[in-house]
Amino acid sequence: MIRMKEKLYKWIFTVLAFSSLVFLIGIVLVLFKESLPIFSQVSIGKFVFGKSWYPTYSPAEFGILPLILASAWVTFGAALVCVPLGVGSALYLNELAGPKQKAILKPLVELLASIPSVVFGFFGIVIVTPFLQKFFHLPTGLTAFNASLILGIMATPTVCSIAEDALNYVPKQFREASFALGADRWQTLTRVVIPAAGSGISTAIILGMSRAIGETMTVLMVAGGAAVIPHTFLEPVRPMTAAIAAEMGEAPMGSSHYHALFAIALILFLITFIFNIIAEIISRRFRVKLGLSG
Amino acid sequence: MRKKHIQNIGFAGLFSCMFITLFALGLIIFFIGVRGVRVISWEFLTQIPRNGMTQGGVAPAIIGTLYITLGAIIFSLPLGLACAIYLCEYSPKGFIVNIIRISINNLAGVPSVVFGLFGLAVFVKFFGFGISILSGSLTLGILALPLIISASQEALLAVPQSIREASLSLGATKWETIKRIVLPAALPGILTGVILSIGRIAGETAPILFTAAAFYMRGYPKSIFSEVMALPYHIYALMTEGVHPDRQKMIAYGCSFILLFIVLFISGIAIFIRQRQRTQHA
Repeated sequence: MIRMKEKLYKWIFTVLAFSSLVFLIGIVLVLFKESLPIFSQVSIGKFVFGKSWYPTYSPAEFGILPLILASAWVTFGAALVCVPLGVGSALYLNELAGPKQKAILKPLVELLASIPSVVFGFFGIVIVTPFLQKFFHLPTGLTAFNASLILGIMATPTVCSIAEDALNYVPKQFREASFALGADRWQTLTRVVIPAAGSGISTAIILGMSRAIGETMTVLMVAGGAAVIPHTFLEPVRPMTAAIAAEMGEAPMGSSHYHALFAIALILFLITFIFNIIAEIISRRFRVKLGLSG
Repeated sequence: MRKKHIQNIGFAGLFSCMFITLFALGLIIFFIGVRGVRVISWEFLTQIPRNGMTQGGVAPAIIGTLYITLGAIIFSLPLGLACAIYLCEYSPKGFIVNIIRISINNLAGVPSVVFGLFGLAVFVKFFGFGISILSGSLTLGILALPLIISASQEALLAVPQSIREASLSLGATKWETIKRIVLPAALPGILTGVILSIGRIAGETAPILFTAAAFYMRGYPKSIFSEVMALPYHIYALMTEGVHPDRQKMIAYGCSFILLFIVLFISGIAIFIRQRQRTQHA
């Protein structure tokens, strides 16, 4: 009787576990299924490297290079903000803040990481946009620069939190050995601690950028939305996520436009997937290097 | 002497990084707090919108957010927890579990708009649930699934193997050990993960754009198959649609204030619990 019950429970958990996996695998399958039809119309090369995105014209043109470049610019800009701020803050927390200060600041940073993206977008529209417009004398404040700035600030707590965890893993003996050799705190930090935690910090940066490239609401609200190849940071752009969110509502189901938007989502998925795999590999090596469990 | 200078400049740099980060994020909370709190009134929290979104309250959006979030958790919590229990306690260790773990980690990093498209293709279209609370909840539930699985898994793995063995050696069966020993010990960690996911999905906008959200509804949703207003979507719509941008902006300040309050409150609880555990263990 007891044995029957035990077997039953095992089966229930197995079934539930695999059904949640079915959902997760389903995402990949659906993305492929819904995006493949577009490639019978446009070749993959023309889709990815095509310079004009006019999905509603006739004949429609499905070239997503402007969208990819917009995502790349905005993410690069965000990295310029969140890498120094995030890593710098992590070093501050780990090295300079006392235990009491850290016990307040670390949870605070984690709390700030939970601010919803739509709130960042709203702040971008009502406060940052008018400011940038006046400051740079622009026709519109909704630009790649604005989106980069907001996304960067948004990703900073994530980068800081993960980088600080990595710094925590550096064994105390590394520091003590360096001090014993006569190095001061700054030398120990820059020549011993940072190199030792280097791959952990890179994981933090990659995950932060992966968050920035997939972020939707902020760029939808503040990037300006023009689907043209950007030449400067002060022009409106339309990143991939913004294109999907803005156009899906109007694209008739089953139309080429609909399938093209799914194809953009597929490419986005693959990009973030690669980012995350790289982060996973690097962090695994990091743990092995420091003699933690592989 | 020069060495000392470099160190001081470097440390000042690190301090300013921390300062700028907190200042920038504090600025956002400050602006929305100060301007949003002026809009908040009993009427704003309990009435439906009137006069083309320029007067009245946002009660349907608040209620809608609660419905969708609750629905998502009802769906994802049992599934996610079961998946974590299977992976930690039942599954044979090795290659397959590793692959599953890595793919779950990766799904936690998939952009939220991609989940929205999945919900559109599967729940709205394929299953025919339409744009509804049900579709939105299921979509957000799938987004929460990897978060809940990895948090629960971490909490279960933190339970020492020796307690399990002690329980088994006293004659308890595997399920009794899990139910009476492992789950109670892992509960605080699981709870933290679940609460954090609630905070996350309550503020998500992109997944409900095409699966659940409506800009305006007369009154409240009647069943799980009706469209629904939701706070995060409402903020976006107020800023991009409608005909009275200036007055809508004030309503949007109010909505942002409420959303920020809800999310920071929920996440705050989880982070507080986690922080207490950390200090206890240390």
